[in-house]
Amino acid sequence: MKTTGNRVSYTLDSTLDSVNTAEETAAQMAGKAGFADEDRDRISMAVREAAVNAVLHGNTYDPTKKLRISFENTGEALVIKIADEGAGLKVEDIPDPLAPENLLKQSGRGIFLMRTFMDDVQFRRLQPGTEITLIKHVRNDADRIEEAK
Amino acid sequence: MKTSTRQLDGVTVVDLSGRITLGEGSVVLRETVRDLIGKGEKKILLNLGDVTYIDSSGIGELVSAFTSVRNQGGELKLLKLTKKVHDLLQITKLYTVFDVKDDELAAIRSFKK
Repeated sequence: MKTTGNRVSYTLDSTLDSVNTAEETAAQMAGKAGFADEDRDRISMAVREAAVNAVLHGNTYDPTKKLRISFENTGEALVIKIADEGAGLKVEDIPDPLAPENLLKQSGRGIFLMRTFMDDVQFRRLQPGTEITLIKHVRNDADRIEEAK
Repeated sequence: MKTSTRQLDGVTVVDLSGRITLGEGSVVLRETVRDLIGKGEKKILLNLGDVTYIDSSGIGELVSAFTSVRNQGGELKLLKLTKKVHDLLQITKLYTVFDVKDDELAAIRSFKK
């Protein structure tokens, strides 16, 4: 683990234990950033899905390939980056999991869940690999009062 | 994740507890349903009342179990969803695909005779 200011980063092996570590760390970081329970669960699930994507589809459990994760609390948002060293994800090729013909498919819901649970999801091609950035904005008291109306 | 099975009026009730996620939980669910199908069980009720968490792999495993049983001419239904699991099935539009019940006796009676 490496800590720089409000940023914490990890380099992890391509294993399911790393996925669990990413999920647990996300819940802790979201709690520290002030997110309520429901948002904390959504953030940790989005991170789990991104980490599964990186370990399973990106690095394909290859022990020579690493998973890099960083968490940064900017004060306005929690920004989480998850990078793999795989062949590269083609987001445009992933079918819509809500389309009737895809509803009964076994896989293909991870990125949809990330997009549902986070405010912004970005993808960047690396050489090699893919970096997924997950952003959740911290809502202030004024926002919460406005939402409650 | 832990599972236990019991028989009620010709229906196999599978009580699941814990997390259904990539790895152990998904594998346990897959093997449990595969074993039941192998034994000729065609009326399966998955009790998810004590399932605390499901990820996209777990959702995929539920879908796979549903289609596997249906392809054998059977029925697989879900019982007692927690709010988290209920919300997840709503978001993924699977809530209307699965036959979801809250009451066990009513669920048992709903299977075809």
